[in-house]
Amino acid sequence: MSTRLATGGRLTDRDIQVKFTFNGKHFRGFAGDTLASALLANDQMVMGRSFKYHRPRGPVASGAEEPNALVNLGKGVHHEPNQRATTTELFDGLAATSQNHWPSLEFDIGAINSQLSRFLPAGFYYKMFIHPRPLWKHVYEPFIRQSAGLGRAPHAETRDPDTYEHFYAFTDVLVVGGGVAGLQAAKAAALSGAKVLLIEQTAHWGGRAPVDGGEIDGMTPEAWVDQTLAELAAMDNVHLRTRCMGAGVYDHGYVLGYERLTDHAPAKDTPRHRLWRIRAKQVITATGAIERPLSFAGNDIPGVMLASAIRDYVVNYGVSLGDRTVVVTNNDDAYRTALLLKSVGLDVPAIIDARPEGGGDLMQEAIAQGIRVEKGRAIGKVKGSKRVTGVTLCSQAGEGGLLDEIACDAVAMSGGWSPVVHLWSHCGGKLTWDDEQAFFRPDLDKAPISHDGAPFVTCAGAANGHIHLSHTLQDADTAGQSAAQAAGFKPKKSQAPQATAQDEAPLVPIWLMPQGAGYGLRSKAWLDYQNDVKVSDVQLAAQEGFESVEHAKRYTTLGMATDQGKLSNINGLATLSHALGEDIPQVGTTTFRPPYTPISMGAIAGEARGEVFQPIRQTPMHDWHAENGAYWEPVGHWRRPYCFQQSGESVEQAVHREVMATRDSLGLLDASTLGKIIVKGPDAGRFLDMLYTNMMSTLKPGKCRYGLMSTENGFLTDDGVVARIDEDTWLCHTTTGGADRIHAHMEEWLQTEWWDWKVWTVNVTEQYAQIAVVGPNARKLLEKLGGMDVSADALPFMGWADGELGGFPCRVYRISFSGELSYEIAVPASLGRAFWDRLREDGAEWNATPYGTEALHIMRAEKGFIMIGDETDGTVIPQDLGLDWAISKKKDDYLGKRAQERSHMTDPDRWKLVGLETLDGSVLPDGAYAIASGKNANGQRNTQGRVTSTYHSPTLNKGIAMGLVLHGPDRMGEVIEFNTTAGGTVKAKIVSPIFYDPDGEKQNV
Amino acid sequence: MLTLQCPYCGVMAEETELHAGGEAHLTRYGPGSEDQDFESYLFKRENPKGVHFERWRHVNGCGKWFHAARCTVTLEVFGTYPAQTTEPPQDIKDTITAKRPGWSLRNLT
Repeated sequence: MSTRLATGGRLTDRDIQVKFTFNGKHFRGFAGDTLASALLANDQMVMGRSFKYHRPRGPVASGAEEPNALVNLGKGVHHEPNQRATTTELFDGLAATSQNHWPSLEFDIGAINSQLSRFLPAGFYYKMFIHPRPLWKHVYEPFIRQSAGLGRAPHAETRDPDTYEHFYAFTDVLVVGGGVAGLQAAKAAALSGAKVLLIEQTAHWGGRAPVDGGEIDGMTPEAWVDQTLAELAAMDNVHLRTRCMGAGVYDHGYVLGYERLTDHAPAKDTPRHRLWRIRAKQVITATGAIERPLSFAGNDIPGVMLASAIRDYVVNYGVSLGDRTVVVTNNDDAYRTALLLKSVGLDVPAIIDARPEGGGDLMQEAIAQGIRVEKGRAIGKVKGSKRVTGVTLCSQAGEGGLLDEIACDAVAMSGGWSPVVHLWSHCGGKLTWDDEQAFFRPDLDKAPISHDGAPFVTCAGAANGHIHLSHTLQDADTAGQSAAQAAGFKPKKSQAPQATAQDEAPLVPIWLMPQGAGYGLRSKAWLDYQNDVKVSDVQLAAQEGFESVEHAKRYTTLGMATDQGKLSNINGLATLSHALGEDIPQVGTTTFRPPYTPISMGAIAGEARGEVFQPIRQTPMHDWHAENGAYWEPVGHWRRPYCFQQSGESVEQAVHREVMATRDSLGLLDASTLGKIIVKGPDAGRFLDMLYTNMMSTLKPGKCRYGLMSTENGFLTDDGVVARIDEDTWLCHTTTGGADRIHAHMEEWLQTEWWDWKVWTVNVTEQYAQIAVVGPNARKLLEKLGGMDVSADALPFMGWADGELGGFPCRVYRISFSGELSYEIAVPASLGRAFWDRLREDGAEWNATPYGTEALHIMRAEKGFIMIGDETDGTVIPQDLGLDWAISKKKDDYLGKRAQERSHMTDPDRWKLVGLETLDGSVLPDGAYAIASGKNANGQRNTQGRVTSTYHSPTLNKGIAMGLVLHGPDRMGEVIEFNTTAGGTVKAKIVSPIFYDPDGEKQNV
Repeated sequence: MLTLQCPYCGVMAEETELHAGGEAHLTRYGPGSEDQDFESYLFKRENPKGVHFERWRHVNGCGKWFHAARCTVTLEVFGTYPAQTTEPPQDIKDTITAKRPGWSLRNLT
């Protein structure tokens, strides 16, 4: 059984007990434990079930690479799935549950899949669920979705109560990884005076060295770590952060760090996670190495663990995995586990060394301790189901013929080490295969390149392939100095620490154990624990022609689980290359992508949630709208009232009332959101002639003109009224959503094409509040306010004037988007609310009625005025909309003119704008298509038009619509059919789009 | 995420401060031009593996458009320069030639 040893545990404090629950059961651990170490101390070995076969699984590792021990953490709104027990620091009250089983962790019906595994090989889903097609949607997909996934996703309506933040950091040298290599590299860089940031993903400094032993400068690694840390902490140019993982390396020295502030102490009142957005001149990855499993049958049975992880649990937490541990290895390092276990009084029945010659000094030491060492041998298979009960011994060179059986309750395996090259590779660093040590290491000649063409990432220590302690520190020192130099500092000449550890005999790569294992053994030899990919699956993929490593990965799902193949990657590649008869470097690796381990969505979002996700733009009258029943509509980043609901009124009733009040007497519209751009300069007229389809240079000061803008490819992009202010100044109104876009459009052309033209543009949209005073009584209200002449003679239709109304300085435009007598009045934004209040109060005698965007839309549609975004969708040219009158024939050029001459744009079969009236008075569905006879090449009904705007007109008391119809203007009076949303059709007559006051008598009074 | 130096305000700008504007040094073809020329101007863009000239706007900064000469493979930036020019300045071309001998793009060498 796994248990807490009587002594030991350098990271735990046995004086502080910590209570927690797992699947509702109460347990106790110590401060400093991880969830995994605390569960093992309580003999809770099985922590989860595997993804595909639902096999019982315990932890196989002790850190970030753990594939098996995934749990649900927290309850209710704090629930979070797929958290690694090995990196979850224990705290009082922690509540965890296991995942992917039913009805319980101990008894899981899904485990039947394991019995059926012969029938669920690689690519099973692809092969099985392709035919018959209809079954996919209705049977297979719902079933697979039901059974897929590990942890339970949070409910869609759950809102995360925790807070998160982004943090921007700039540094000369960033060191990722706080093991001995990271510490030394940081020190070497910092001695040059460079600003250094050192981040470590765990809560502890020193990495593996304190567990693995050796000597640094005559000290234990632990003592050296403490001393170096104290030196670094005393330097002003060094910043240290634990619990902060280097998540990803991106272009030009951009690095994401992921700091977990309260996961270990939920009561702390700070953000839970912090996303560090780091810009570093130089990055050193000192990310260490990860031990590889060996591929033998039953290597996933709880009790089989990486040899280094078994050491971690003993040294760091005082926890033993079992009483009798068999060690199986192809290298010397695993002997350290055997010697350690022996030294704490545990039994090591045998060390099974696949190398025919065995190991070096460490082996001799083991033999001297009386440990049985079996050279050239392998594990045939592991016995047991929920717990290891023994192993069979066979010859590594053979097919698994039984030599002996050894009873044990734990197996320590080591297939060698792989440098953590992830961060090096994220931004394009290349790898090279190290034949001697059987791993990929960074190819320092092919480093990620920064903006200046120089490398910006280097690696230090084990991450650079220098696994042995005596080389690690020397390499880290060099890396630190060269990074400082590359960042523009002069490194200090210093002596790298002298480290010693026992010499090691070379490893022998072992990719399958025993090498001649038959199907029965291969199909129980796991590569990817989390996704249940076995040696036999990768071999099958190769056999079926998935020769590219990227294809084989996706076909088998090797390395595609939440651990992203940290344990399985190299073993899988080796298996594939073997099956293909190629060398490992020829097959290559899959791509390493950020993040290194999963990071929370909350950290990515940071503060950008709720109200600050996207700040809302508000007009000066916004508060009045909010207090008076505004039913909001988002328009660009603005909120505009769709209508103002009075008590007991539906939205439809409110819109109806607003339209009728405006048409009958007087309406008020907050038009402040309309874009206002000043264009000024000696060449402003010439510039506007290029920008608008019509002529703006000939506009007289004091006058307004409606204008259209096309993009260079001819399509209508914006419209609005332009007023000429003086000889070299124009004011261009844009649509509400178009102000920023059009201003940018103007600047782009001015700066990049006509840079010698003397024009200045300013977006003054928010400087003014603008109110439309609309209706037959509009003039009466302005006359009541008094201060300027607003008569038809003094201020005719399409004129404007500066003046004063009721004491407010204002500019009055006599323009109309409703067809009524209408004035749009701009006042300084700071006076907007007061002016709005004054208009309402003084207009009360004419029932002055504030109206919203829907009444605005209806009234413009009744007049046949187009709306950008309704009648236009990026494929419509002004000519389609019958706006030829607004396209100057006199101009040689304007943006879009050449494009509008292209053959498709001049095609007489383009759909054109018409009005539509249903025969039964109903409202046409928005976007409905007009059907035509026959079918197209895809077997769909042919179409001959579509609805672009459709409303119930309160004025005319019937449905009115506009649409684009084939040869529409030539087919007045013809009846065509439109599809309805209910599935039927509705008949509509083609009419003029101007439904109301076609002669314009109302607006021109 | 790239960093480019704005040639107007001198800021080493993060990509989030910038707006990408596609290929630089296009010649505008207007009314009267041949269909083929106009099509090329409007739609045809180079997608080189290596040296490229791009338009960028320092949109969350000084608001100015500028050009960047850049390697699309290594992300090395050879230089940035104001957009008010029809071809890259000689010193930028010299820098590229020193680093990528024999480069060419459209009619630029």
